[in-house]
Amino acid sequence: MNATESAMPADTQTLSVLVENKPGVLTRVAALFARRGYNIASLAVGPTEHPEISRITVVVDVAQHPLEQITKQLNKLVNVLKIVQLEPRQTVQRELMLVKVLADNTSRTSVLEIVQMFRAKVVDAAADAVTIEATGTQDKLTALLSMLEPFGIREIVKSGEVAIGRGGRALTDKNLLG
Amino acid sequence: MCLATSGPGATNLITPIADAQMDSIPMVAITGQVGSSFIGTDAFQEADIVGMTMPVTKHNFLVKDAAEIPRVIKQAFHIASTGRPGAVLVDVTKDAQQATADFVWPETLDLPGYRPEPRPHNKQIREAVSLLMQSRRPVFLLGGGVIRGRASQQVTELIDTSGAPFVTTLMGRGALPDSHPSHLGMPGMHGTVAAVSALQRADLIVAIGARFDDRVTGRLDSFAPNATIVHADIDPAEISKNRTADVPIVGQAAEVATALTAELRERIAADDTRDYESWWSTLSMLRDTYPLGWTATADGYTAPQKVISRIGEISGPDSIYVAGVGQHQMWSSQFIRYEKPNSWINSGGLGTMGYSVPAAMGAKVGRPETTVWAIDGDGCFQMTNQELATCVINDIPIKVAVINNSSLGMVRQWQNLFYDKRYSHTDLNTGHGTRRIPDFVKLADAYGAAGLRCERDEDIDATIEQAMEINDRPVVVDFQVSADAMVWPMVPAGVSNDEIQIAQGMSPEWERDI
Repeated sequence: MNATESAMPADTQTLSVLVENKPGVLTRVAALFARRGYNIASLAVGPTEHPEISRITVVVDVAQHPLEQITKQLNKLVNVLKIVQLEPRQTVQRELMLVKVLADNTSRTSVLEIVQMFRAKVVDAAADAVTIEATGTQDKLTALLSMLEPFGIREIVKSGEVAIGRGGRALTDKNLLG
Repeated sequence: MCLATSGPGATNLITPIADAQMDSIPMVAITGQVGSSFIGTDAFQEADIVGMTMPVTKHNFLVKDAAEIPRVIKQAFHIASTGRPGAVLVDVTKDAQQATADFVWPETLDLPGYRPEPRPHNKQIREAVSLLMQSRRPVFLLGGGVIRGRASQQVTELIDTSGAPFVTTLMGRGALPDSHPSHLGMPGMHGTVAAVSALQRADLIVAIGARFDDRVTGRLDSFAPNATIVHADIDPAEISKNRTADVPIVGQAAEVATALTAELRERIAADDTRDYESWWSTLSMLRDTYPLGWTATADGYTAPQKVISRIGEISGPDSIYVAGVGQHQMWSSQFIRYEKPNSWINSGGLGTMGYSVPAAMGAKVGRPETTVWAIDGDGCFQMTNQELATCVINDIPIKVAVINNSSLGMVRQWQNLFYDKRYSHTDLNTGHGTRRIPDFVKLADAYGAAGLRCERDEDIDATIEQAMEINDRPVVVDFQVSADAMVWPMVPAGVSNDEIQIAQGMSPEWERDI
């Protein structure tokens, strides 16, 4: 994937999938996507405030398969506790990106200006390159990448999108392990 | 329920597990695994069977601690048998099998993510009945879910209250009696003209426990083009998976049918303007004009349809009929009259050749007083006939009718119709005029089973009757039949169900008929 292709296509949806924190659950979720032919644009998994529950944030491509069918199939997995479709306007979505850009004495100042503009951080520097840490929405990261591209991007790593609903309510409010 | 050892024992179970899962058969498979400290080392007879069966099971477990066995077994049987039934695999490491632990049967299941028994919503029941009240051309599409959900009685009441016609899919054969006056036969690729045309012309399809499989719908975009769809299923993911449902009903078949019947009775009592007369006159005409049948074979050898038909008539509706996969399976579905649920057992979704002998063996163990016929092909029989040993050793007297056309008949039929008669790899040399490799009568004899052979039409009845009288050991009857018989009607793959043919190059005469 090059930087210009990394923008999320319009026909994607973000799901928060709460699962039992057990071995193999991520495999089950990923394998389901693979065998049903669903495309994943991004996937991030991590622990939650409940030690027995993990949370998978998955951005799915819904151009080929309706979201309803995807969530129904996910719901059939025994270890899946709850699936919530996150509405972009009611949701804070973020991704962490580390990007290594060529930057020598002639270009470094320009690169740092861009870093400042995007409220990103330089986390490593060498004579010929800097490594930038940036957090934000998909759009922001895409814009940053396109600004950095002329300098020469050496390496990109992204965390996958994570998302959380706005307001005081939590997905795990209801006792899911009942 | 089945057991297998680790590695190849476990991998050999993958096909049966996939078969059970596709046809929603409750099944728990327990496999052995190498010791937990050896997992991941490519140890002798190690296979990651949990990983391998993940896509073909409802759920599976790896147990590495003996103390976990009771809980996992309880969960496995619960998951396999509730909701939409399916296959569950439990893989137990060698150290867990050999360790000693206190037996503690858990009181709770502890399956927070598993909610298998949804209830139908009244609103959707009312909407479905409103559609039934307005429809002029309704059809009930009954699938295997009616049998699996033990809903035959409730669905019969619904059909009788409605008066609308119904069709039974391959997995739903016997859900309601074939002799029921509203029955139009099996829909799909080898369905009856009446059943296929009824769905194509319907303005309303009420599907219960059926999943709009491609073998039923043909080309989806031209399937039942004018029909509104009411789709009732225990599995919400089946609804609108292939064909969008206008009214989705999630629930047990029996509960859904009961609710629909009650609401329908109420609405009929209040105001009934339904008129199915012209619909029924069209369907009756189609049913009378295009009954299932067969023509005499060109080579003069026995027509396989005749053998199967006579087995059904002589053995009767109280017997259980189990088929393999292929032509003989389709003919067994077409030419045996099923009057009871679970009297017809076959591999529908996965289409697993070799299914018949082991499945018949299981049926006979489950219902020892019932006559169980394995109607098999010469190709299928050669995949699992070693189970005759199990049958003989354990005194399981099944009856195997090998419909021996000396070929992989269904593949041959497609080679004939669609691949320019290039009969590649389908001639099995088991029948008329061949060296008989193997000779099925000798094979039966070698296993200690009875072996009979029937080569002429006039011997069919006597041979079947002779087989019926042998009950102290399995019987294998080698019915030598014509290789050229084909399964008709047929909708060729990938075309609209409107293209149904009743024989090679012959379509029903719609212009005149409708």
